[in-house]
Amino acid sequence: MAAKKLNTKDKYRLLTRDLDWEFSYEDRKQAFPFEEFEGIKITDWSKWEDPFRLTMDTYWKYQAEKEKKLYAIFDAVAQNNGHTNISDPRYANALKLFLTGVSPLEYQAHQGFAHTGRQFGGVGARIACQMQSIDELRHVQTQVHAMSHYNKFFDGFQDWSHMHDRVWYLSVPKSFFDDARSAGPFEFLVAISFSFEYVLTNLLFVPFMSGAAYNGDMATVTFGFSAQSDEARHMTLGLEVIKFLLEQHEDNVPIVQEWIDKWFWRGTRLLTLVSMMMDYMLPNKVMSWKEAWEVYFEEAGGALFKDLARYGIRAPKYAETIEKEKEHVSHQAWWLFYSYGDATAFHTWIPSDEELDWLSEKYPDTFDKYYRPRWEMAKKMEAQGKRFYTKGLPQLCNCCQIPLMFTEMDNPTQLAYRDTVYKDERYHFCSDGCHDIFVAEPEKYVQSWLPVHQILQGNCGGPGLEDVLRDYYRMNVGADNLDMKGSPDEQRWNSWKGVA
Amino acid sequence: MSVEIKTSTLEPVRNTFANIERRFGDKPATRYQEATYDLQAETNYHYRPLWQPEFELNDKGRTAIEMQDWYAFKDPRQYYYGAYVGQRARMQEHAENNYAFFEKRNLAALLSDELRASLIRLLVPLRHVEHTANLNNMYGTAYGYGTAITQALLYDAMDRLGIAQYFSRIGLILDGNSGDALVEAKQLWLQAPLWQGMRALCEETLVTEDWFELFVAQDLVIDSLVSDLVYTQFDTWLAANGGQDVAMLTEFMQEWCKEHTRWVDAVLKIAAAESDANKALLGQWVERWRGKAAEALAPIAQEMLGDDALAESLAALDKRLVKAGIAGGNL
Repeated sequence: MAAKKLNTKDKYRLLTRDLDWEFSYEDRKQAFPFEEFEGIKITDWSKWEDPFRLTMDTYWKYQAEKEKKLYAIFDAVAQNNGHTNISDPRYANALKLFLTGVSPLEYQAHQGFAHTGRQFGGVGARIACQMQSIDELRHVQTQVHAMSHYNKFFDGFQDWSHMHDRVWYLSVPKSFFDDARSAGPFEFLVAISFSFEYVLTNLLFVPFMSGAAYNGDMATVTFGFSAQSDEARHMTLGLEVIKFLLEQHEDNVPIVQEWIDKWFWRGTRLLTLVSMMMDYMLPNKVMSWKEAWEVYFEEAGGALFKDLARYGIRAPKYAETIEKEKEHVSHQAWWLFYSYGDATAFHTWIPSDEELDWLSEKYPDTFDKYYRPRWEMAKKMEAQGKRFYTKGLPQLCNCCQIPLMFTEMDNPTQLAYRDTVYKDERYHFCSDGCHDIFVAEPEKYVQSWLPVHQILQGNCGGPGLEDVLRDYYRMNVGADNLDMKGSPDEQRWNSWKGVA
Repeated sequence: MSVEIKTSTLEPVRNTFANIERRFGDKPATRYQEATYDLQAETNYHYRPLWQPEFELNDKGRTAIEMQDWYAFKDPRQYYYGAYVGQRARMQEHAENNYAFFEKRNLAALLSDELRASLIRLLVPLRHVEHTANLNNMYGTAYGYGTAITQALLYDAMDRLGIAQYFSRIGLILDGNSGDALVEAKQLWLQAPLWQGMRALCEETLVTEDWFELFVAQDLVIDSLVSDLVYTQFDTWLAANGGQDVAMLTEFMQEWCKEHTRWVDAVLKIAAAESDANKALLGQWVERWRGKAAEALAPIAQEMLGDDALAESLAALDKRLVKAGIAGGNL
């Protein structure tokens, strides 16, 4: 008998979707216990449309081919001193931020998707999550391998996972993902698959990869290309998640809307780090943060939310504030890091004159008026041998954990500051967005491990700041931190390049 | 004479990451080491999980097993993602050739109706067992501690999904892609008395809370017995009874089992050697699940192979337990 041909959908149904069964001997709710507590109503898991239909044999085959090519490049970079081909040694600092700040998030994504990949009652959704879980493990591991060579020649990479758990500014990304993972499984998916992967990935992952492409970083850009097809799968999962939840039950709509509001604000705050990377840390600029935001969020995201309007979903809250912020955040952030540059595990610097001109050109309405004068002042001080570092520790926002450094967007000379009292304790915030997130779930956010509070409470060693940096953060003080000028990184670069 | 390409060598500042250096000294590290050790967050979690507030996000307390260093569970295969998919891609290419050959030569037509029926009855329902194994290994991935063991559990989980899909393909080969064999096998899984013990056992594993106990139940006890029955004894029986070509369709699983056993045994050995308390715990878990699994598999082993088959598989399991240092061999 001639076997009939199966189309992909039928084949996937038979090979995968049909594996699960209704229980007779145990309570299925005990096997999948976390599906209901968030209030999300799933009436029929079988309505889940598989966003991609990969069977394992195909997955192994494709992924192995990609790995083979990727590792051939890593080997070539290592063999040929690839680190000397980057545009400028300052570029390595963007990679330090990436390895200490972003790669551990890939690991957390791997863990979060393992959790949902075990917990969803629907086999289709579960397996899509499992595949993302193993992809995310791939990403952290290949990133570590890509950075492995840089670690041998630059400072600041060497203790990335230790630092991620402890260093003050790294609690911004860490708390972001802890927040998502500690939430229920559906909120995790809205946070990570939809808000993060589907809508914001072009503003996080892509800027780093484009930065690599523009700055001669062969290892990282090859990783980026290699991960592209994984990312495409993750994005389709994000879109399916949102459509599935909204189509399952009308009661899901307000819950999902609240999560979208929360996670867009959380995401925007996290992207502050990327904004300063794009505008200040890349020696060869890809585009300005403002341009990236307009293209990837305002245009692409705008179209998306128009599309979602038929479900009763509106654009995320604070959209007007976010629109104004694109003019300011990168400048406010790099200034903060520059002034706390004795406590960062990467180098900071004053932009060159050409770079200042580029910023003036890209930000005609704000840069010359508010930010250029600061850098002119810093330049003067540096020329007098008085490179300044801010003494003292900043107040952190109890939600996003960024120091209170953002200004009111309608008055960029006025620091923004919000607070609330919960159970006789006062909590501080950088913005209405962060304030509202706290107020909606105070029991969660009172738990925040705020690095500055922890230092002041003596939980991070001490007594001096330098003791904390050296002993608790395991920073090589004098090598990892401080200005790019005069750093061991710069000295080594000059010796490789034969510059005195 | 040899060809000599001159390259310029720049002296590195350090050989590897600091955490690897603290563990293994200042020397070049392997890719497995850099991709495995200390990847998972260890401290300063911000919020307790809403879904399990009694634990931290990553918490050693989700099993009763205690380890000084959870990174002691070095994978003897040294699988990180790239090494893992590379090895599986080689295996699946071989499997693909086997399946293609089997279909091209229509070897299914050489199977007697009786044999075809027993493959649907005895082999194809294993896809549901493998699906359970997928979930159980995901459980360890999600709630286990330390990348050394959790990444290996994840690879295992994905393997089991792959194997469930291979079993499904065997069904499709037997029914000419109609899906009837899969429907029939699922009905057997859901209703036939033959499979109910096994289904109840699978459902019970899915509500088991301690992830290391679940690892023992699934990856040691159930897998050891199923693999000996199906890939060793039933395979031999098939070869002697006109079903030798079926081995082409299960070769992936056979090869996989050998490798899986090597990793599982290494994990058990390390856990048992850590402390007497661990050893005692492992012993209790083995005893508990060995009995349940033997009961569940008894009718299947009986129909597949007759009277002595299960005892033989149990003996093979006991041998592994002795080797792993869990039991003195008189369970």
